[in-house]
Amino acid sequence: MINSNFSRRNFLGLAAGAAGAAALAACGSSGPEDKSGGSSGGGGGAASYWSLSGEPGEPIRQAAIDRFNKANPDTKITPTFFQNDAYKQKIKTALGADQGPTMIWGWGGGGLKEYVNSNQVEDLTDWLGQNAAVKDKILPSSFGAATVNGKIYALPVETVQPIVLFYNKKVFEKVGVEPPKSWGEIMALVPKFNAQKIAPFSLGGQSRWTNMMWLEFLLDRTAGSEVFDRVFAGEKDAWSDPAVLDMLTKIQDLVKANGFQKGFSSTTADSNADQALLYTGKAAMMLHGSWSYGIQKADGGNFVKDGGLGWMNFPPVEGGKGDPSNTVGNPGQYLSISSKATTEAKDLAKKFFSTTLVDDEEKAGWVKSGGVPVLKNSDSLFTGDDAAFLKDMSAIASNAKVFAQSWDQALSPTAAETLLDNIAKLFQLQVSPQQWVDAMNGVIGK
Amino acid sequence: MTTIAPPVVRTKGSNRSSGGRSGSGSVTWMALPAFVWFVLFGIIPLFGVLFLSFTTWNGIGDISVTGLTSWKATLTDPGLPHALWITFVIMALSWAVQTPMSILIGVFLATSKRYRELLAVLYFIPLLLSSAAIAITFKALLDPNFGLGAGLGIDALNQDWLGNSTLAMATLIFIVSWQFIPFHSLIYQGAVRQIPTSMYEASQIDGAGRVRQFFSITLPQLKYTIITSSTLMVVGSLTFFDLIYVLTGGGPGDSTRTLALEMYQKGFQANLMGPASAIAVILVLVGLALSLLLRRLGGRADESQLEGV
Repeated sequence: MINSNFSRRNFLGLAAGAAGAAALAACGSSGPEDKSGGSSGGGGGAASYWSLSGEPGEPIRQAAIDRFNKANPDTKITPTFFQNDAYKQKIKTALGADQGPTMIWGWGGGGLKEYVNSNQVEDLTDWLGQNAAVKDKILPSSFGAATVNGKIYALPVETVQPIVLFYNKKVFEKVGVEPPKSWGEIMALVPKFNAQKIAPFSLGGQSRWTNMMWLEFLLDRTAGSEVFDRVFAGEKDAWSDPAVLDMLTKIQDLVKANGFQKGFSSTTADSNADQALLYTGKAAMMLHGSWSYGIQKADGGNFVKDGGLGWMNFPPVEGGKGDPSNTVGNPGQYLSISSKATTEAKDLAKKFFSTTLVDDEEKAGWVKSGGVPVLKNSDSLFTGDDAAFLKDMSAIASNAKVFAQSWDQALSPTAAETLLDNIAKLFQLQVSPQQWVDAMNGVIGK
Repeated sequence: MTTIAPPVVRTKGSNRSSGGRSGSGSVTWMALPAFVWFVLFGIIPLFGVLFLSFTTWNGIGDISVTGLTSWKATLTDPGLPHALWITFVIMALSWAVQTPMSILIGVFLATSKRYRELLAVLYFIPLLLSSAAIAITFKALLDPNFGLGAGLGIDALNQDWLGNSTLAMATLIFIVSWQFIPFHSLIYQGAVRQIPTSMYEASQIDGAGRVRQFFSITLPQLKYTIITSSTLMVVGSLTFFDLIYVLTGGGPGDSTRTLALEMYQKGFQANLMGPASAIAVILVLVGLALSLLLRRLGGRADESQLEGV
């Protein structure tokens, strides 16, 4: 066992060095200096904050920090924004080298658990106990993914994001068909759209987690949420459920029927190419997180304004046991405080948590972006163009019997990587459903 | 005069000898920075990785020494032979495509004619671009929905270039070749220019045509250049990462997942630094073995190619 920080930092550096071009390309540009980092100390009232770049979230995150810095002129929070997929690796590398930020943005769940096990993040349970007013402002359902072993390690922030089935109303009108109400209807729509040279579904398959959303919903609709609960609990051979084989076969049937756009496995979600397919009318439907609404609105010109975008909860599967009100997605985003930060920086972060992040402007900002805030009592803000969407998302989130966290966020990063890898192969028809089950059973509980 | 001369000679002599000593000293000193950097960033990390391959570490927690666990996990993983195979396929195919093209272009550009010099400048352009930029550009151009084919309405260009396993590999080889042929052409151009013109003049008198000259003089004379360029290609293709990572991410599925990508995914996505380090060690061993093999193939370095010239 090597426990000292020095050695850990050293070995990470060594590993990166020897990986040569590979590692350099991946993590070469070392992050901005953490002004509040463990060893630097001293510096008055500064904290760093890392989060995701891009519309619609980045401007609102930036606005929150600007608001805080303006209200507290003698202190300063410095934000840095990264692309989604790049951030996931960046933050791990930085934390391993003790170069992490004061405030760590994340998805909660399995990733947060790993930080907790490595003593990287502060336990906020007591602080939230003392500041019950802060806790009371946030939806209780959002705290589930922030809780590890009964303790809260992150503040739920930003928005509740169920995954929904988006569709292009104009395309449906053009082809003369109705939105699907069941899995059978989905499969019946596929050849109709293909005949018109429109892709039935848009999918950013290279990002892999996009494919995973299909498995999450299909498994839930056929067998309910219990099957994945058993996987999550680490039960032996938990994937060996007939419903899993059934679900995997359905997915491969959809792939074989050209249910997704040509080249879906080389389309990336980070570049929003999958979103573009929907608003340009090259694809009819897309299963995606509710944040997609903001992207469609920002990038799609008048598409959303003219009422082109439709949405619904994922339809039921014939004979399926799952509750059709169930949904999957992100019950919130999460901000943790680094345990390696100075007391000063930690206090500054807590001040940021208890003031700016739960204020009305924050709430209004996220509503304006087309999101349902994790903050309570936002329904009255649902007015204007986005009211219909926001009300529906809020209803889906609050009416869901089970609001499951996305699998890759709930599982440990190691298990999630194997899952995503096998899902990509499934969509590529490289593995059969049975091979998929065997491979996944092999890594349960790891 | 003669009484003055000896001291001058003596000073000269002592100067020379002390100059020689300090000269050799300064040479050693000059090598030191490079040596320090090499040890710091080449040798020490190598041992660091070797050590890490006998441990279990998730990248952010504590490192625990677990003996051969990581090696067992790596060597029994079906992903390893697959990644090795993909690496060798890319290596072999990109060599087979690049070498003949580079030699031909190099020979073509070696002749000093104005328009060829202009062409040489144009051919050089891909070399100025970074791999990531090349990958992003090609990815955008080859997109079946928004790319070149869709934009110009040319259906033949509308293939699933990066989403079909076989096509993705072929596309990758094409882009790698597009990127690196200019570099190797440059090497061959220089080498061809060094071949003595007297050889060509002699063969012309003997009645040899251009094709005969190419196969009997140019190609044999390029032997060592071919070995150098091949070594660069082979060892270079082992570490292809940025291009593939941006272009396909190792996909579709795992169709273009090379050893370097496998290592990255194990280490930085699955948080398994132990097995990732084991793969890194394998990568180093394969690289060393290959460059050794290529040196052997080259034969004795001191045998002359210019006998009788």
